[in-house]
Amino acid sequence: MSTEATAETNGTHGTQAVELQGVDKSFGSVRALSGVDLTVGAGEFVSLIGPSGCGKSTLLRVVADLEEPTTGTVAVTGLTARQARLAQRYGIAFQQAGLLDWRTVAENVELPLQVHGVGKAERRRRAVELLELVGLAEFAGSRPAELSGGMQQRVAIARALAPSPRLLLMDEPFGALDEMTRERMQAELLRIAGETGAAVLFVTHSIPEAVVLSDRVVVMSPRPGRITEIVSGRRPPVAGDDLVPDAVEDVRETGAFFEAVTAVREALRKGAATEGHAG
Amino acid sequence: MSAPVEGTTAATAAPAATAAGGVGAVAGPGRRFRGASVVIAPVVFGIAVLVVWQLVVTVGGLPAFLLPAPTAIAAQIGAQLPVILETAAVTGGNALVGLVLGFVLGVLLAILAAGVRVVSDLLTPVVLAASAIPIVALAPVFTTMFGSTTEIPRRLVVMVVVVVPVYVSTARGLRQVRPVHDELMVALAATRRQYTRFVRLPGAIPYVMTGLRLAAPAAVIAAIVAEYFGGLQNGLGSRISSAAANTAYARAWAFVAASIVLGLLFFLAGLLAERLVTRNRPGGGS
Repeated sequence: MSTEATAETNGTHGTQAVELQGVDKSFGSVRALSGVDLTVGAGEFVSLIGPSGCGKSTLLRVVADLEEPTTGTVAVTGLTARQARLAQRYGIAFQQAGLLDWRTVAENVELPLQVHGVGKAERRRRAVELLELVGLAEFAGSRPAELSGGMQQRVAIARALAPSPRLLLMDEPFGALDEMTRERMQAELLRIAGETGAAVLFVTHSIPEAVVLSDRVVVMSPRPGRITEIVSGRRPPVAGDDLVPDAVEDVRETGAFFEAVTAVREALRKGAATEGHAG
Repeated sequence: MSAPVEGTTAATAAPAATAAGGVGAVAGPGRRFRGASVVIAPVVFGIAVLVVWQLVVTVGGLPAFLLPAPTAIAAQIGAQLPVILETAAVTGGNALVGLVLGFVLGVLLAILAAGVRVVSDLLTPVVLAASAIPIVALAPVFTTMFGSTTEIPRRLVVMVVVVVPVYVSTARGLRQVRPVHDELMVALAATRRQYTRFVRLPGAIPYVMTGLRLAAPAAVIAAIVAEYFGGLQNGLGSRISSAAANTAYARAWAFVAASIVLGLLFFLAGLLAERLVTRNRPGGGS
């Protein structure tokens, strides 16, 4: 559909964060993904949205090299998916924070660096920096169990950012959070993405969340999982740190925001209609 | 004295990352002390039992070989106190050495089995079979092998008894990896060794400590019973058997009482160690 056109107009000359061409993925006789072409530009924020079973998580996992595509090519920051994983080119956050209970918050953030053999002093310096970025500097020595769900998820994001990845993969990271925390986290994420300049591939169920965060919202439909439409998101331009929460609030009240939400909703409905029944 | 082996079937299961239903059975440093009533109730009950016992023996006129009166036993404990302490130290020492050896061996074997599939397939049935070894059968054999002038046979018996619960519990802990941690370590491109060091081992520690808690009282039982089958005559077990053989029933019971105290000490030490190590954790595999 409009995939190529949008990718072209993105106009980044550097390496694309993600380039998928003709990606198919089957689990036995189930076709989880079919003919997926998608490009995520450097620094771009792209959301994947669709009903359960549309393959959005599978698509993310293919990019992360946690699943291998049955056919098609996957390039992540110009490398193969496997090379990118081994070189820690991406950071990843799941719906569960998945922190290691027996480590302090700072030690959890250090984990990716420790795996990559970075020295202790350098690790600690980076952890402090990242915890400041996610606003949890004073919890460096705490245990994950002492933190709220939202705080744990912020630690998980800091951990994902530890190797300074050019790409952040997020699989419904705010799915388990309450609405208020969720909106605060969205603003946080936009600020972090802006400050680090990392591209983000973001799986979500929530239409407003996808619209407010993204440059582009990729709408998918199930059986087989495929991209049906790509809608422009309403990601607010990033200014200074403190402006972001307000900017996000402002976006949520604009007509353009509601238009985009409606467009995504219709695209989802269309996808469900062509499939015969709602997912 | 069969070692308390839990979930023998689980030990042969594939090392899957599924959160098991057996978590509650092994782990869970739960709240074991719920205030004073928890202490008072069993103490009152214990005193009541002693009073009834005393009455049955003195009023009922029970012969001493059948059951000596608590007062007679207490008198023997007073009279034999230096010997009791000395022999308890020997038996306790054997139990401790065997416990440490068996614990280290059990943990190492479980780590080895968790890392290498073949080792697991070879080892698991052998260790589980070891749980069926009656130490009755082992003690005289070890005594003959190593001679009756050394503590080695008893320590080996204890070790065999301890290895099993520690191995089973540790092996189970090593399998309790949450799927999200599994995925994370793959995404981080961690090596197998890093995966074991950063995720599996630390995650298994509550289970390791549970194994230690289960093994600690069993170690004392093994050390005492091993003494019944020859070797040096310097421990609690040998004193119990020689006192009984000499119809000194009250004295035999005095050493039995000391054995009970020693077993309780090991049990409490194991419990304390488990609680200390796992106090920062929200528990087993959740």
